[in-house]
Amino acid sequence: MKYFLIITVFTFSHFFSNSYAQKYRLSSSEVSFFSEAPMEDIEAYNMEAKSIFDAEAGEIAFVIPIKGFEFKKSLMQEHFNENYMESDKYPNAKFEGKLHGYKAGKTEQKVTAQGEMTIHGVTHQIEVPGTVKSNGSDLSMQATFPIRLEDYDIDIPKVVFYNIAEEVEVSVSFQYQPYVQ
Amino acid sequence: MCNKTIIFVSLLLIIGSAGRAQGLLDELEKEQDSAQVLIEDATFKGSRLINGHSVETDGEGALTFLISHRFGRLNGGAYEFFGLDESNIRLGLEYGITDRLNIGIGRSSLEKVIDGFVKYQLLQQQRGARLLPLTITAFTSMAINTLRIENPERELQFKSRVDYTYQLLMARKFSSKLSLQLMPTLVHRNLVATAEMDNKLYALGVGGRYKLTNRVALNAEYYYRINAEAEESMYYNPFAIGFDIETGGHVFQLHFTNARAMIEEGFITETTGNFFSGDIHFGFNISRVFQLK
Repeated sequence: MKYFLIITVFTFSHFFSNSYAQKYRLSSSEVSFFSEAPMEDIEAYNMEAKSIFDAEAGEIAFVIPIKGFEFKKSLMQEHFNENYMESDKYPNAKFEGKLHGYKAGKTEQKVTAQGEMTIHGVTHQIEVPGTVKSNGSDLSMQATFPIRLEDYDIDIPKVVFYNIAEEVEVSVSFQYQPYVQ
Repeated sequence: MCNKTIIFVSLLLIIGSAGRAQGLLDELEKEQDSAQVLIEDATFKGSRLINGHSVETDGEGALTFLISHRFGRLNGGAYEFFGLDESNIRLGLEYGITDRLNIGIGRSSLEKVIDGFVKYQLLQQQRGARLLPLTITAFTSMAINTLRIENPERELQFKSRVDYTYQLLMARKFSSKLSLQLMPTLVHRNLVATAEMDNKLYALGVGGRYKLTNRVALNAEYYYRINAEAEESMYYNPFAIGFDIETGGHVFQLHFTNARAMIEEGFITETTGNFFSGDIHFGFNISRVFQLK
């Protein structure tokens, strides 16, 4: 009985401690990247990202399935997954970190996300400036940042007909809604 | 409080704090792993394994221009420049109506054959939340021999110039490097050379690829003709071995084969070369893809 009571108390204390932590999840998202190349520009869009933002702790994480990137050319998409990103081995790009400078309640604010970005199985500490907008209950975040392919061990072969730029510009646009666990 | 209780409470505290410390990323990845369906694409690099088709289909709106060459026999010696003096060519156009449905036409110099095919991907290999072990593609083609007959003893009806091929292509990508394919085949020939020959020839093809690097793969392909007793002495089973080299928008295939024909009814039923006595033709397929949509 004593144990039972202790467990009950613990369970409830857990429940309450979590309920006031305001967390947000994505209602919609678009991640895109763009690379200017002599032959043709390369761009792709991905709507399949998942993200959680814990406003109270200022913590943010997202997961982007690499196979979710859609290109206009199906062949380019196949090569991107098969040869550049090796999506079978590294199915997701990941980020986990903190939003510095975030204050709840502002309609628009500049923040900096700082944390660990993992792409193609390689992890780097990065800092990304972005904007957070709020309209009452929902939040939206926008950020644009460069990724150097070399930093993440993404090989660019010498004999390809498309000269792929060594840096691609990634844009992230997340729409968040509050959720209760 | 007795010792037991203290231990019990501290255990709860440890478990509790561990549960709380689980990061947002872990939470997301757990969800991702349980819901993610991974489609296995790029089982092979191109729509052709070597001579025959692979399970791969071109994406919607992709128009592929395919140039295939087979030179003469290597054992022709220096006089024939090891086969390079002679060349057969097939020019083809293929189009992706949808990601799964492809059509194509082609014209071969050998016997002046015009061919057309339809290819449909029935199933695509998947892992993760949904499991599907194989990619299966149905293939059918029609070939018309347009060669003029000199001094005809009798009029050759149009239908006698037509052959049909039906194939089920079944492949599994075992790893990003290794893929294998099985091809049960039926070739129906409206006209055969002798009375003993069956108009319907059944064959079973096996093939595969092994990626040596991300952009270079080694391929092999063999068709075993099942009910070919009557034509055993005339024709051989087609065998081919070669490389796929991918260079951005191109897939470049180089190979050695005992077959001269580049369409199913040709290389499966009418291969006259014996690979192991040097009747080997060097050849290549080059494809260029144009995205129309």
